[in-house]
Amino acid sequence: MSVRVFQSLPARPAPVQQGGAIGWIRSNLFADLRTTLSTLIIGGVLLWYLPMLFNWAVLSAYWLPDAQACHPVEVGACWGVVAEKYRLIIFGRYPFEEQWRPLVATLLMMALLIASCSRAFWKPWLVLAWVLVLAAFFWLMLGGFGLSPVETDRWGGLPLTLLLSTLSIAMAFPLALLVALGRRSELPAIRTLCTLYVELIRGVPLISVLFMASFMFPLFMPQGTKIDVLIRVLAGITLFAAAYLAEVIRGGLQAIPKGQVEAAASLGLSYWQTQRKVVLPQALAMVVPGIMNNFIAIFKDTSLVTIVSLYELTGALGLALNSDADWRPYKIEGYVFIALIYFAFCFAMSRYSLWVEAQVNKGKLR
Amino acid sequence: MSTPIISFDKVNKWYGNDFHVLRDIDLNVAKGERIVICGPSGSGKSTLIRCINRLEEHQQGRLVVDGIELSDDLKAIDTIRKQVGMVFQQFNLFPHLTVLENLTLSPMWVGKLPKKEAEERAMQQLERVRIAEQALKYPLQLSGGQQQRVAIARALCLTPKIMLFDEPTSALDPEMIKEVLDVMIELAGQGITMLCVTHEMGFAKAVADRVIFMDQGQIVEQNTPEQFFNHPQTDRAQDFLSKILGH
Repeated sequence: MSVRVFQSLPARPAPVQQGGAIGWIRSNLFADLRTTLSTLIIGGVLLWYLPMLFNWAVLSAYWLPDAQACHPVEVGACWGVVAEKYRLIIFGRYPFEEQWRPLVATLLMMALLIASCSRAFWKPWLVLAWVLVLAAFFWLMLGGFGLSPVETDRWGGLPLTLLLSTLSIAMAFPLALLVALGRRSELPAIRTLCTLYVELIRGVPLISVLFMASFMFPLFMPQGTKIDVLIRVLAGITLFAAAYLAEVIRGGLQAIPKGQVEAAASLGLSYWQTQRKVVLPQALAMVVPGIMNNFIAIFKDTSLVTIVSLYELTGALGLALNSDADWRPYKIEGYVFIALIYFAFCFAMSRYSLWVEAQVNKGKLR
Repeated sequence: MSTPIISFDKVNKWYGNDFHVLRDIDLNVAKGERIVICGPSGSGKSTLIRCINRLEEHQQGRLVVDGIELSDDLKAIDTIRKQVGMVFQQFNLFPHLTVLENLTLSPMWVGKLPKKEAEERAMQQLERVRIAEQALKYPLQLSGGQQQRVAIARALCLTPKIMLFDEPTSALDPEMIKEVLDVMIELAGQGITMLCVTHEMGFAKAVADRVIFMDQGQIVEQNTPEQFFNHPQTDRAQDFLSKILGH
């Protein structure tokens, strides 16, 4: 029988300091050879690039709206273009003296959009508020009843971007719900129709849908019927967006266990009650990120309506600068300006989606 | 025997073209009768009771529930589903709704009860399964045994004449089986018609009026629990019992 001799292990070195800024830098940026290398490479690129960007955007930039003074400044941005052209960029070809109208319309719409995001306002009167605000929006933009009339082809800039995205999202979402349900229907005719719709639309770029809506569609209409280009384009974007959205929603529907539907059926719920009360709330909660992804894509895709001569934000920028030889060289500054506007909206949408996710996942917390 | 509340008459069902899952089922269930159905897996037990509320369609024969024949008539199916409560192996509670909302959903939308009345009724049923204090929690915050008791309460909220149990304790941890069986035994004492697919032989002995043994889609043997457990008539039942009681 052997005698076991126990020997204590040598003491390990004290752990390196973990807390504080130095600890954070050490564990996150210089933990091992790979992280150290990537920190150095990325840090080097940033150190080389950021000062150049800062120099262009701030230090060497020229801020006053004076195109002549900008010319000699070769290395800096010429932000004067924004000060000079912002009304054209934001309101497009809308008559200059009447631009308070799109301004008020846009502010109204944005206020309502923000209010609609908050649970405290989810009351029946919100629907009424939407009807009223949309009516006010169209009255202000179109004119009539005391305001001078403005044709829709002169609408432009941010109000148009906002209107197109809000309305097409509002119409595409319910349509997408129906198509997603239809693709899972037990009735072959409905299923085939919905599948056909999704595949056809997805097989075509948005630009060609807009072209068709704008130029081809009127050819099939009876002589003399004229549908406003805005409505045709709106229909085009809606149909396009709904096809993509439907597939996202269908993904959520597929993930609902069969037992949920069986339980609802055993409780006597009808098909529509089951979808509305049991299946859709769970399916939609699961695909909130995907849905918001699509909403953001729709918002930015509205910039394509320029090709059918509707000058929303992006189109209005081109319009504003191309027509003026003095300012034409400063497109980059203009694009940075509208990029910031787009970013503000998209970032707000993406933060909101995180909040919605937290709300709908309450039941999953154990 | 008075008119049966459920009657199967030469009912046949196939899955696909070749899997004959129910073969010539003849079965009458009297009002208030408590039946336990057992048999090896794949023998058609679950399918049998799922035909009663039309979660599965039978393809041949007649199936009459509470005086209404099951067919493609959707109205008839709706009427029957209001009379038949069902409890599933996997609970199938709605995870996005609170316990209380799970219970009031059907009374409010199918039974057209006002919210307050539906909630009162729901609380009564939750008391009955001794879980009223959890009414405002979400299902996933409860243990398996608690979830299954909520599921039983939910099925009872429509005041059904018939309760179907599809292996209600098979997905539970052993220590939670008893709390669910206790609720079921209590329910069995209250005159409701019960059909229960289960392998809990203690439960069968305690409450069943009749045990039905199925194998390969057929009802092979049916008898009182004492007779069935002590003197099984067929080889297949003997073989089955030796397997589940053997350990």
